[in-house]
Amino acid sequence: MTATRPGKPDRDGEAAKKEQAKPEWASGLRQLYDSVVDEPLPDAFKDLLSKLDAKD
Amino acid sequence: MGGEQRTASEQADFKRELTEVVPHLRAFARGLCGRADMADDLVQEALLKAWAAQERFQPGTSMRAWTFVILRNAYLTDMRRNRFRGEYDETVAERILTAPAGQEEPIHLSDMHRALLTLPPERREALLLVGAGGFSYEEAATICDCAVGTIKSRVGRARAALTAMLEDGSIPKRSINDDAAHRAILEELDEVAAGNGIAARS
Repeated sequence: MTATRPGKPDRDGEAAKKEQAKPEWASGLRQLYDSVVDEPLPDAFKDLLSKLDAKD
Repeated sequence: MGGEQRTASEQADFKRELTEVVPHLRAFARGLCGRADMADDLVQEALLKAWAAQERFQPGTSMRAWTFVILRNAYLTDMRRNRFRGEYDETVAERILTAPAGQEEPIHLSDMHRALLTLPPERREALLLVGAGGFSYEEAATICDCAVGTIKSRVGRARAALTAMLEDGSIPKRSINDDAAHRAILEELDEVAAGNGIAARS
């Protein structure tokens, strides 16, 4: 698996610099993503996460 | 990488960080494969793999980037096994996606999602990582295991394609369902898996 660098998190840096150049739909793309991030977590995931612990 | 076994507290940290990135994994997966149920299956698969590989995670590095690599690999594998056919679940999209508030000319986000799904997979993932996930080009390049310039080129092409589609309204209804398009996508995936980006070719 590729190791990742300790990069700074998320939404600053280069992506932010591009902000002005973004086309009109760009905020929609972000919203598409954020709308899923903001969904309540389905029970299936809570079950799975609690099972991970139980296996050890 | 450290010793053989993580301490209980390290394992608890790992579990907590893994739990925190699940919503992001779901969002990335939904963008990649279009259908909410399949995306969630993919995330569950990635979570199990991440848990099994936790010794390889370096504490202090980005859990989101690390798990995205795992998710992406699971996605590519499943795509090659023909599990996803780029099916688009209109109902789910209509329910979840609403036009951005206050936007003068609302773009229907279901249109946007469908347009996104017509992009070649490697451009779609590049755009998702940078334009939606907020990763820097460098981070996206690390996740996709390619050069920064390649990511920039993919994002640029994806943006141009989406802009063209959304501006002139030429979004295919269900384009990925047609066999020719699907075959083309699978061929591209083979290229991606072999490490030869289409961006380099074209």
